[in-house]
Amino acid sequence: MARAVSSRRKAINTAVAWAIGLLIFFPILWTILTSFKTEAQAIADPPIFLGFDWTLENYRIVQERSNYMRFLWNSVIIAGFSTILGVIIAVPAAWSMAFVPSRRTKDILLWMLSTKMLPAVGVLYPIYLICIELGVLDNRVALVVIIMLINLPIIVWMLYTYFREIPGEILEAARMDGASLRNEILYVLTPMAVPGIASTVLLNFILAWNEAFWTLNLTAVNAAPLTAFIASYSSPEGLFFAKLSAASTMAIAPILILGWFSQKQLVRGLTFGAVK
Amino acid sequence: MATQHSRSAARLMMAPAVFVLLVWMLVPLGMTLWFSFRQYLPLRGGDLGFAGWDNYVRFVTSSSFWPSIYSTLIIVGGVLVITIFFGILLAMLLDQPMFGQGIVRILVIAPFFVMPTVSALVWKNMFMDPTNGLLAHLWRFFGADPVVWLSDVPLFSIVLIVSWQWLPFATLILLTAIQSLDSDQLEAAEMDGAPHLQRFWYIILPHLSRAITIVLLIQTIFLLSIFAEIFVTTGGAFGTRTLTYLIFQRVLESQNIGLGSAGGVYAIILANIVAIFLMRIVGKNLDT
Repeated sequence: MARAVSSRRKAINTAVAWAIGLLIFFPILWTILTSFKTEAQAIADPPIFLGFDWTLENYRIVQERSNYMRFLWNSVIIAGFSTILGVIIAVPAAWSMAFVPSRRTKDILLWMLSTKMLPAVGVLYPIYLICIELGVLDNRVALVVIIMLINLPIIVWMLYTYFREIPGEILEAARMDGASLRNEILYVLTPMAVPGIASTVLLNFILAWNEAFWTLNLTAVNAAPLTAFIASYSSPEGLFFAKLSAASTMAIAPILILGWFSQKQLVRGLTFGAVK
Repeated sequence: MATQHSRSAARLMMAPAVFVLLVWMLVPLGMTLWFSFRQYLPLRGGDLGFAGWDNYVRFVTSSSFWPSIYSTLIIVGGVLVITIFFGILLAMLLDQPMFGQGIVRILVIAPFFVMPTVSALVWKNMFMDPTNGLLAHLWRFFGADPVVWLSDVPLFSIVLIVSWQWLPFATLILLTAIQSLDSDQLEAAEMDGAPHLQRFWYIILPHLSRAITIVLLIQTIFLLSIFAEIFVTTGGAFGTRTLTYLIFQRVLESQNIGLGSAGGVYAIILANIVAIFLMRIVGKNLDT
């Protein structure tokens, strides 16, 4: 009885929610719109919303002038490899903690989490110094490793919460049938774990893509990903709104699309399984 | 069923992750601790020897220390209040039946996926620019003088930008929590004639308390170390130098490693105080 909502109330909900949703989304929408304007139209007063001459000129200029493709490539490499490397290290660990738990499993998980909470700025100089000593300042491999390490606790945690949901009886049955550990992992566990691993990869790729402390502090030219490229627009180029918008749109578009697929995983991943 | 064999295999499988994290934690931490007791100025003579507690004392007695604590508190506190308050309202709204719920949810969540340097730069230039920014247009439209956001109300501006980034996170987690609420309970209360406010106060809010605590703790840890938003907008000027930013400046800009490292140790201790509470909640969840 109480669930029968009047259509009037539903209409009001819809109107209010859409208004607020559009308000929150507006800065992104405005950036995307502005990227198709000329510079003059971008700063026009009163602002032009849709009635302007759509142009791709800004995208062309940004690509030509700034070697955009290299920054994009760096982002893809750093986010991609740090995620893959992290998953390779984390899968066995999460598997063993989920299926062969010992008295110390909980402590190890919590300790891993605690390394994630170490403020980056507290170890800025040591990492900076190590990079200089090893000659890997402004180097993609160094960033892959560092970003893998800062996300590793989240990867282990996410995988652990997914693996724990796989019923242990299935493994026992496989073992009874004489499956070796290797076969057990390969043929029984992996197919069931794939969705969890995929979600973990997705969320961590996003986190790595957007990481903006180490990428800003440890790169200059060669290894700089999109986060650093955008920061270089700070001034005075930032005053060219249309070009700034085009650069920004290109930097966020791929991740916005991936992000929409990962809404559910976001909650689990960032609350360490405490909210599901 | 766990045999001795599978136990040692499990230990072996855990080893790489534990090892790399252990190295990642201990080596830099050890170095920071070591530097914090040295007088170390790479550009002005290098390592000038043992400094005792000097750096620790100088860090907290310098004239920029208390202002940095103040800006940190305002930014972290401001963002927490805004995101949790509006997060609860928004989560309750999104839980209601409506048309296009999925799309609205996507619109609301989107800012979380925007990289910090982009959101800082877009807000700084396209919205907060005092001559050409959209807010300046809006102010002029109403006949008011445009606000020079980042120098007139710098802390408020940064709170606004960061809240925009984190509101989706709070909303999404609180929404997940609301959706797990047993609707029978709410219906019973509704039939007993409990008004909206009471239903919120006695049923919804207590149910959300755990999720709110988790949002509070996780956001605090992330907000304590926000960097790009300040780096891109004010560069620490106009009283927006947070503790994190102050340490960054000591270390990389003025290259006073000893002093910066002592600050780093303070930041680590501060983050750990928050982390202990979060770990307790997360740990409890592991047992069930």
